[in-house]
This record gives sequence, structure tokens and C-alpha cells, in this order.
Amino acid sequence: MGADMKKEILRFENLTLGYERHPAVHHLDFSVRRNAMVAVAGPNGAGKSTLLKGIIRTIKPMGGSIRLCGIKQREIAYLPQRTSLDTTFPITVFDMVAMGMWQAAGAFGCFDRQRNARVMQALQRVGLAGMEHRPIGSLSGGQAQRALFARLLLQDASLILLDEPFNAIDSASVRDLLGLIHTWREEDKTILVVLHDLDLIRSAFSETILLARELVAGGATDKVLSAYNLSQAQHLCERFESQSLLCERG
Amino acid sequence: MYDFFIGPFEEFAFMRRAMAGCLALALGATPVGVFLTLRRMSLTGDAMSHAILPGAAVGYLLAGLSLGAMTIGGAIAGFTVAMLSGWVARVTAAREDSSLAAFYLISLATGVLIVSMRGSNVDLLHILFGSALALNNAALFLIAGISTTTLVALAILYRPLVMECLDPEFLRSVSRLSPVAHYGFLFLVVLNLVGGFHALGTLMAVGIMILPAAAARFWSRDISRLLAVAVTGAVVSGYVGLLLSYHVGLPTGPAIILTAGSFYILSLTFGVDGVIRSHIHPKRHFQK
Repeated sequence: MGADMKKEILRFENLTLGYERHPAVHHLDFSVRRNAMVAVAGPNGAGKSTLLKGIIRTIKPMGGSIRLCGIKQREIAYLPQRTSLDTTFPITVFDMVAMGMWQAAGAFGCFDRQRNARVMQALQRVGLAGMEHRPIGSLSGGQAQRALFARLLLQDASLILLDEPFNAIDSASVRDLLGLIHTWREEDKTILVVLHDLDLIRSAFSETILLARELVAGGATDKVLSAYNLSQAQHLCERFESQSLLCERG
Repeated sequence: MYDFFIGPFEEFAFMRRAMAGCLALALGATPVGVFLTLRRMSLTGDAMSHAILPGAAVGYLLAGLSLGAMTIGGAIAGFTVAMLSGWVARVTAAREDSSLAAFYLISLATGVLIVSMRGSNVDLLHILFGSALALNNAALFLIAGISTTTLVALAILYRPLVMECLDPEFLRSVSRLSPVAHYGFLFLVVLNLVGGFHALGTLMAVGIMILPAAAARFWSRDISRLLAVAVTGAVVSGYVGLLLSYHVGLPTGPAIILTAGSFYILSLTFGVDGVIRSHIHPKRHFQK
């Protein structure tokens, strides 16, 4: 038990998250191992994005808790489903990506040769070398997503949360970015990725959490994404939507 | 030539003081205006300029045309409206723009009522339209002090402010400075409007903030150059506006703001990203 706890990076204890008294994540008990790469699956409205928002503390729990084990809040990097990035803002790709070094540089830290080199390296890793001087507004959807991944790279986070990171981008970009996520694991990072594409989860993720506001199943992907569990998840989501009585579990 | 362009400033101290006031406003208020336009808050600046009126009016009622009383009153009214609209947006379902509109309209009507009941039309005109040519040393020091404070604050807040404009959610996820950047910035907006109303009046103060900033967007896609173009445009507008006011006998505030307005129209028409270059004579495209 003690050794297991040492391996944990994130633990949800009887966690309930929601909006205006309606739970989006309901009495969740689960833990995520350090250095794991976990897909979070479930139907629309299953609470996947809400769970990530709870981890970064944008939403406070209605009940239960989220425990970070051995890491601090600032060691979490998060890429939301719909980023608030204003692509009309007059700034270059380099400067936007460099903001990933906020924890290291802060409000006043200067960008010396070493930091500039790190930004260039991050751009190179996501395939945007040569585009550093372009305004961010000139990037395509896929390129903009790569730039956001480059910014994530510079955050040096221990826990990385990605919410639908492959929405509306081409298959080549998906392949490249997925490859990048796999390299993070080799760098001792823990990754939680919300995804809808079950085929992609089966092919690229060995561990999955299946949510339907409550935990349907968690563990090895092939077992979690069984036909029975998937139908159960769909049923649970529908059942929750038709019920609005007070929760008896407190 | 010398007499036309330099003579008035050499000959008259009030012209030199007015120019120094315009220079200080350009250095302080215009960079704030650049960030207002980048945050799509240009009309917030306009609303705030109206919101300071009752505070200035109460200051006037208590102490006459006293610089300190009107400044403190205006600042308190401006901050109150900014904070109240932000608070209502956070604790209710109302959006910040609607609560700001509600509070600034209440504020504006209260201000006009106070001045109309207790003052004269001349007083109201002074508050609404200012008088750059009547700037005394105390007013000049106040505007210069506000500009200096603004430049120092912008230097400190620059990086979080750019991040707040570019990707507010990202700033919130990596730092606790988001509210500092937001409210610090609103503080600078109010401070500069209060400084501006002594020279240009409450209605015109927002013009020197927004017009050069809006014009600069047609000349550059880089934030540093944008700031430089906007400040240069504001300085030139102040200088040309004062010359027009002196030689043609126009009221100073409107002359300066209309010059800044002409800069905007010229930029809109001939700027690098203006109408002619973008739509009428677009540049030839590359092969790939």
C-alpha cells in the first residue's frame, strides 16, 4: 500500500465536481500512477473536461478531494479543448511559445541565448522550425496546435493534461503530436488525455479511464473499452440526465 | 516657416505647457489605449471616461475648480464603477459589458445632474471638454506624474498583461497574476482618464487613448512597433492640434482629437494593413 502510494501522482477521493449543484463528476475514486499515460474516455457530458478543470482548480469540488502526490500545482500543464488564445494578437510564434517558460523566467527574467535556444528546440520538436518569426494569426489550425504543444514542452511540467488535443487537425499532425506525447513519458512525465476517438485510444494508450459522470471502469484499455462498459457508460449518462433528485450519498 | 511651426511655442508659455501636457498624455495614456484595443475594450475606455464625471463634479462642488479635489473625486468614481461592474459580473449571470454600461450611465447622469443643479454651463463645459491651453504647473505635474506612474506600472505588468490579452486562460493556469494584471490595468485606465480630463475633458480624454492606438493597428503586427507608432501618432496629433488651435482659433481639445481622428482615417486608408493595400491593390502572392 505504502509503495503504491509512492507511485501515485494524483488521487481522486469521493470526488464530486459540477455546475450549479448538478454533478458532472460524481463520487469518483481513482488514482493515477506516476509516469502513466492515461486516456480519459466517455460519452458527451461524461465529465471528462470537468475532471481536468478540477485538477487545475478552475472548478472547486462540491465534495471529496483531488490530491496531488509529490508534485506542486505549478508542475501541472494544461491544454484546454477550446483555448482562449487570441490569434489576432500581434505577436510572433516565437514569443507566444516562449511564454511556456513563465515558471522559469517570470515577469522580469530576460531571454538569454540559452532560453532562446530552448524555445527554438521546442519549435523544432513540433515541426515548426523556420516559422518562429511568423505572426500567430498566419498559422493553420494544425500548426497553431503544434505551437501550443511547443509551449507545453517549455513548461517542464510533471503532469500534463490535454483536453481533446487532436480536434480538427489532420492525420499527419495527429501522428506527430502523438509521437511527441510518447516521448514525454520517457521524460518521466505523467499524461492524461481526454479523447473521443476510441480507435485512437485502443492503438495508442495502454491505460484508460471510462467516465459517465461516475467511474465506469479504469485500467487496461482493452478491458475498459469493452462493448458492455461502453453501453453501460452511455446508459449511465442518459440516466443521470433524466434524474434531478438530491443525491443520497451526501 | 519657423514662426509657423515653432514660434507659438517659443513665444507663449501656455503653448509650451499645453505641448508638455500632450506629450505626457501621449506617453502614458496611449500605451494604455493600445492594450485596451488589443483586449477589445475600446468602448470600455469610453464608458470609463463618462464614469469619472460625478466624482469630478462632487470634487468641484466641494472645492470649486480645485485640481486635487476633482482628480480624487474622478478617480474614486472611476474605480468604483470598474470594481462594481467586475463584481456584479462575477457574482451574477450578468456579463461585465452590460453591468459596466448600467453603472457608467447611472454615473454619467448623476454627474450631469450635480453640475447642472449647482454649477453653470461654463463649469460643465470645462469638465466635459477641458482646456489644454489653461494647464497650470500643478495640472502639468499631475499629468506628468500619472504618465510616469503608468510607464513604470506598464514596465512591471508588461509580460502578464500581454499574456492576459493573448491567452487569459493560460495565464490563469501558470500564475496568480491574472487578477493583478486585470485590475492593475483598469487602475491605469482610470488614472489616465482622470489625468486626461484636465487637458482634454472627460469626453475627449479617451480620444488620445484610443485613436492613435486604433490607427497603429494598420501599420504593424508587432506589439512593440504598435506601441511606438501609437505614441508617435499621439505626440504628432497633440502638436498639430495645438498649432491648428493657435493659428485657426479652434478649441484645443477637439482640434487635438480631430487630428488624431485624421491620423486614424489616413492609416485606415493608406496603412500597411489599410483598405487600399489590402483590398484595392493587394500585394502579389508568393508561389508557396
